[in-house]
Amino acid sequence: MPDADIIPLGTRGRPGRGSRAASPSKAARSLAPPSRTRTRRSSAAPGDEGAPAADPPRRRRPRLVRPDDGPSGTAADQQAPAVPEDRTGDSRTVPAGTDASPDRTRDADTMDAHTRGTTQPDGAGPEGPAAAEDGAAKAEAAEPEAAEFEAAEFEAAEFEAAEFEAAEPEESDSEESWAGDAVTAALGFVRRRVTGDYEVDDFGFDADLTSAVTMRVLRPLAEKWFRIEVRGIENIPAEGGALLVSNHSGTLPLDALMTSLVVHDHAGRYLRALGADLVFTLPFVSELARKGGATLACGDDAERMLAGGELVGVWPEGFKGIGKPYRERYKLQRFGRGGFVSAAIKTGVPIVPCSVVGAEEIYPLIGNIPALAKLLKLPYVPVTPTFPLLGPLGLVPLPSKWVIEFGEPIRTDAYPDGAADDPMLVFNVKDQVRETIQQTLYTLLMHRAHIFY
Amino acid sequence: MGRVVLVTGVAAPLGARAARRLVDDAGIERVVGVDVLPPRDDLGDVRFVRADIRNPVIAKVLAVEDVDTVVHMSVVAGAGRAGGRAAVKETNVIGTMQLLAACQRSSTVGNLVLKSSTAVYGSSAHDPGLFIEDMSPRQLPLTGYAKDSAEVESYVRGFSRRRPDVAVTVLRWADVLGAGIDSHDSQLGQYFGLPLVPTVLGFDPRLQLLHPDDGLAAVNRAVVAGQPGTYNVAGPGVLTLSQILRRLGRATVPVPAPGVGTVGQALRRATDLELSSDQVALLTHGRVVDTTALRDRFGYAPRWSTAATLEDFAEATGRGPLDARRIRSVEQRLVAAYAAARVPRGGTHDA
Repeated sequence: MPDADIIPLGTRGRPGRGSRAASPSKAARSLAPPSRTRTRRSSAAPGDEGAPAADPPRRRRPRLVRPDDGPSGTAADQQAPAVPEDRTGDSRTVPAGTDASPDRTRDADTMDAHTRGTTQPDGAGPEGPAAAEDGAAKAEAAEPEAAEFEAAEFEAAEFEAAEFEAAEPEESDSEESWAGDAVTAALGFVRRRVTGDYEVDDFGFDADLTSAVTMRVLRPLAEKWFRIEVRGIENIPAEGGALLVSNHSGTLPLDALMTSLVVHDHAGRYLRALGADLVFTLPFVSELARKGGATLACGDDAERMLAGGELVGVWPEGFKGIGKPYRERYKLQRFGRGGFVSAAIKTGVPIVPCSVVGAEEIYPLIGNIPALAKLLKLPYVPVTPTFPLLGPLGLVPLPSKWVIEFGEPIRTDAYPDGAADDPMLVFNVKDQVRETIQQTLYTLLMHRAHIFY
Repeated sequence: MGRVVLVTGVAAPLGARAARRLVDDAGIERVVGVDVLPPRDDLGDVRFVRADIRNPVIAKVLAVEDVDTVVHMSVVAGAGRAGGRAAVKETNVIGTMQLLAACQRSSTVGNLVLKSSTAVYGSSAHDPGLFIEDMSPRQLPLTGYAKDSAEVESYVRGFSRRRPDVAVTVLRWADVLGAGIDSHDSQLGQYFGLPLVPTVLGFDPRLQLLHPDDGLAAVNRAVVAGQPGTYNVAGPGVLTLSQILRRLGRATVPVPAPGVGTVGQALRRATDLELSSDQVALLTHGRVVDTTALRDRFGYAPRWSTAATLEDFAEATGRGPLDARRIRSVEQRLVAAYAAARVPRGGTHDA
């Protein structure tokens, strides 16, 4: 059975749909329009360590299509200034083994900032009124408060807005006013959290918390520790539903977290993960998973999210993939029962294959304690070279060098009605996705110079 | 037209309000309210019949009053005034069986409206994000209100098989929250009102609330417009438990999951709040239902979102010590203090 994995299937070495070696097929191009602006990335600049604090988290809520989302989110969304395209940074034509991506992305970011400064002298200007509106809307939302509070509140909102207006234009040259902005924004964030003044969607996704805290915690790990190199980010559709299918490895699901971060920072979208039952059984884990936008991996939820235009991530290997021994690294396990394919076909969304190299080496799984796993009701209790030996220190992942490559989208909208109920078709598409990921993994591994750099 | 509607459970606030609303409707000639206890609220023009639906006398009421529509509102969540859990179960399940038996015999009854609960979906870690009407629970509720509701619904399904000519509407209400709703109808209001609210450590369930006005409007519509079927009734939007408690300004004490049962028992002794295992499951895993069918097929769009329902409840019952206004004023003071400290330095920087 595993022997079949390594037979290339007529793709002339290069994985993907069709036989094009380097450029995406026409179908793939139409799915990933090149007109995507990359302004959001500037907020997630990898280079500036202190900067994220200055960023009012409200403005970084790009595309949450929610009927009850207040005007603040959409207003801020529309305000995003159009910035000329700069795609050389992370396109798939970059050969493997070049510089680490953080450097390149930093260049791109300074370039972004530069263009914004020159072509739009008051590029930050529109943010001021937006913030004022935001504040006013918030004050209005807290309607039923006593009159004396209301007056004070409006003052405060205006004050806050004035802070933004005063601070934003000189963001680049005056570090001090920028710091003040950060303090105001941080206080605002804390107040929103303490008073419950934030929104979650039907699945419990808390965009406020995710972009302000979770992503910020994960970012240094991705950029400094794993030095993730991102390829083919343009294969993620800028909008609309899409299903990202990835390999799963690494004993702990860090690859899922890192993929989410990469998608958020580079494509400006939230990745809505489909998680195993176990995730929602465990205390704390379930809470964080729901708030991070995950939901149970079942057909109903997947279809609902895809139909709602979300970018959904699935790791069909599940525990078989993440808990496989180190000697089987980069050998894809069975891809579930193909439920993810049916969901994609039913909703007609493209499937984006994603290959992660590097995650296999973070916790090399050399053994398992089945008795303890049974006792704790876990799928496995890992033994790694460091884990039970060094105690909690064994939880530090090895600093392998990661590459995440997004492949060409596989279209599912051309199938006739009822195709999702044709098991043979579903299995074929499933195998196509699996083969694509497996081949990409082999290609990436061939070009990898070393595990750690 | 001259329709005659029988409403059960009018001693409880929700039943009384449902009956009063129906009286006001032009197409309805007479509303008969039935309960084993005398109503606390003014029933207006509702004709009150003190009868126990657990014994066959209910069949006589149906015949004498010439009832054509039965609105069954007396499947209740908590003990309230009715006594212990056993008495509640008796009223919920045996009462429904007796009522359905009477309906089956009756030649006049042509409509049955059941107020059920989304508790029939249970609450577990294996639940889908949103429940639609034809999904079955992933884990059958084994205790309490949830089990009663599930049993009542199964009896109603049996009834509609035996009497296919009777139009049956099942309205699955989400947890109803509002002023004047006692533990009889929903335990959540009382739970939120605890001085120190116990939550399950490490879990933050998603909850959906229903404003009583919306629930009653749906019942009214089911009687008047008649759109048989099963529908989830819930306010749009979702709040997490932590969010609800923060918005209410309540102090919380997280309890590890194994200890929640003990806390529930202690609460049962101290208050009349009953944290049965189905309630604990709800407060651990939460539950969200899809209301598309209600809006599209049934034709009613709830006007109160979950957040608005909570806000209305907070206005009516008051907020806890961690009031949003207080926290906002603290924030303003901090911002102002920071700005004051910063201005002189900013000046020197510019100069």
